[in-house]
Amino acid sequence: MSASTAPATSDQVSAPPPTELSAEDPRRTLLGSTLQSVLAVVVALILGGLLIAVTDERVRQAAGYFFARPGDTLSAMWRAASSAYIAMFYGAVYNPNGSTLADRLYPLTETLTVATPLILAGLGVALAFRAGLFNIGAQGQILIGATLAAWVGFAWQLPVGLHLLAVVVAGAAGGAVWGGIVGLIKARTGAHEVILTIMLNYVALNLVAWLLTLPGFQREGSSNPISPPVADTAMFPKLLGDHFRLHWGFVVAVLATVAVAWLLNRSTVGFELRAVGANPRAARTAGISVTRGFVVVMLLAGLLAGLAGTAQIAGTEHSLTSGVAASFGFDAITVALLGRSRPWGTFFAGILYGAFRAGGVTMQSMTGTNIDIVLVVQSLIVLFVALPPLFKFATRRSQEAAA
Amino acid sequence: MTTRRLRTLGTLGLAGVTGLVLAGCGAAPDNAGDSSAQASDFKGCIVSDDGGFQDRSFNQSSYEGLKAAEEHKGIQISQAESQSETEFEPNLTSMAQQGCNLTVSVGFLLADTTKKVAAANPDKHFAIVDDNSIKADNVKPIVYNTAQAAFLAGYLAAGTSETGKVATYGGMDIPTVTVFMDGFADGVKYYNEKNKADVQVLGWNKDSQNGTFLSSFQDSSKAKTVTQNLIGEGADVVLPVAGQAAQGTVDAVTEANRSGKDVRLIWPDTDGYETLDAGKEFLLTSVLKEMSTSVEDVVTQAADGNFDNTQYVGTLENGGVGLAPYHDQQDEVSEDLDKQVQQLKQDIIDGKVTVQSKNAPTA
Repeated sequence: MSASTAPATSDQVSAPPPTELSAEDPRRTLLGSTLQSVLAVVVALILGGLLIAVTDERVRQAAGYFFARPGDTLSAMWRAASSAYIAMFYGAVYNPNGSTLADRLYPLTETLTVATPLILAGLGVALAFRAGLFNIGAQGQILIGATLAAWVGFAWQLPVGLHLLAVVVAGAAGGAVWGGIVGLIKARTGAHEVILTIMLNYVALNLVAWLLTLPGFQREGSSNPISPPVADTAMFPKLLGDHFRLHWGFVVAVLATVAVAWLLNRSTVGFELRAVGANPRAARTAGISVTRGFVVVMLLAGLLAGLAGTAQIAGTEHSLTSGVAASFGFDAITVALLGRSRPWGTFFAGILYGAFRAGGVTMQSMTGTNIDIVLVVQSLIVLFVALPPLFKFATRRSQEAAA
Repeated sequence: MTTRRLRTLGTLGLAGVTGLVLAGCGAAPDNAGDSSAQASDFKGCIVSDDGGFQDRSFNQSSYEGLKAAEEHKGIQISQAESQSETEFEPNLTSMAQQGCNLTVSVGFLLADTTKKVAAANPDKHFAIVDDNSIKADNVKPIVYNTAQAAFLAGYLAAGTSETGKVATYGGMDIPTVTVFMDGFADGVKYYNEKNKADVQVLGWNKDSQNGTFLSSFQDSSKAKTVTQNLIGEGADVVLPVAGQAAQGTVDAVTEANRSGKDVRLIWPDTDGYETLDAGKEFLLTSVLKEMSTSVEDVVTQAADGNFDNTQYVGTLENGGVGLAPYHDQQDEVSEDLDKQVQQLKQDIIDGKVTVQSKNAPTA
């Protein structure tokens, strides 16, 4: 599944195959080894544990007499960190205190529920990465997708099945348009996609905030900025019954992963996108339209993020608020980075981040550990994923300076 | 260059370690065992909205109420901060699963989720602050008729204004905000009727329900600009109903006073004299919404086994809303004006003066 194993079918022979990346290539950050990702997660968790330990009240008390009885401090540190992570495990994977099997497995389904939008938006970011574009705009694409999905969901009356389909199409289209605008402007004017996507995030957020002040987007008899709930026919059915929040949106996420994997590794379009990402000049020489590539990849990236917005509306939240996208659009960048921009890598990174989010809730309520610790661990992961290439870059620079 | 930097780092590190070593020289306590007896096995829990428990506003006051109940009743507590709206349901569900007897949801944004989780956990009790849309056996709404206290603040502001103009603005155009502004505007109007004065209110028109809003509770730089504009238009008392963003008003008022103007502000929700870091000398009063008291009451009742689902409405009569002391501005408020305000408070309690607002909770 790496960039070097591209299928060379007869009609693609004319295009240069994406070459093996050299060690200095900054894109190694995106396409590095799985081992690096796993190590990054482990080290981040260890550092996070240390942070939990030193911020713990009992540890600080015990540290006051560290030299009189050092064991107290160390055991308090161990207790603080381990209890926090055990609580996180209980909240993310398996809760042994549950009375029924359903209760015990509830955390796992919660993880998958939270992972759904992360996987979908992460795939969008990963796809753009592979074509050499930094899509920072997943947040806005999710919001616009969610807005359209919600509007079709509460304002339209359609029969069962058709309504949900309309909601999904609307959400995907909303995201695709919001992403496509970026691709189009970049292709036409050469404006940088990072600036465009960041700015469009603000436009999307304020657009939603403004829409929610209009009576048509508010509940009857209320001026609170929250839309009416979508109709029952517009909701994703629950995957495992009403006891769990897990919904068919997760199946959509799995299908999307399969589709993106096929697109990237087995289709002509995917091959062209990767060629554009690997070396735009060579791709152009080989007759691939780079500008068309930008538009196509941003449309697809937006579509995937729009599906993430749809999963929020039709799956879990059911009403539009300006906070419906949480920080999923930004977490998606991390997810794609940790997943090394590969479809299944992104899928599992999404589930890991879903586990952090779901587990963080339980960690906070069970042990009183500040939920911001989860954010610190997530940020450390990004740091460690990005660190090795940075380190190489820095040592090379200092060697050059010494020479 | 590199070696020098390394040496600096080394020195810093050494200093840090020394600090730790010195800090760790205390004597070990006796192992007399932890005898902190839990007086009650009742568990009270709280879930914030995305403002968090350090918002100097309703999340914080509600949390303080729960902590007060922990201290006074010896109950166990647990708290969960929501980083975003998508965490409301996992947080509330997690509380119910952990065996919280009563869970307090803070804010109308949690209404849908509270309703759903309460229906799924009929044996658990819930209370929700600032929302009374839920009708369920196990949910107690806690709401406030803040218009009554803001009415007094409006009267007071009009009475102390020298320019004949007072102002208010909101964070967002939502009922829990506009209820302050309605009361404030009516208080000014009442002052005009009583004293044949013509004090104007800037930033809010109660009849058309239009006014100045930030569209944010965090954007303090916008709050500062808005306040500077209001002061520029002649207002000399400002009531910002804008959560954390209201800090911008404190800055603007402080600057205006430094440049020779005489401007004061009225703080919403909590007594600003206790929560503000700077600028408290310009605080005329605060419109209090005693969330910590009412949350403590509700939790205490539930811990005593007296939970009920009738809604609690904070009023001047039951002390759920009120006006803070004048603190440093005591001299600016004439004895006569203070007497009028106290009389007005009694009149509202007795029903001689009615405060009306479409944004106030209906009983």
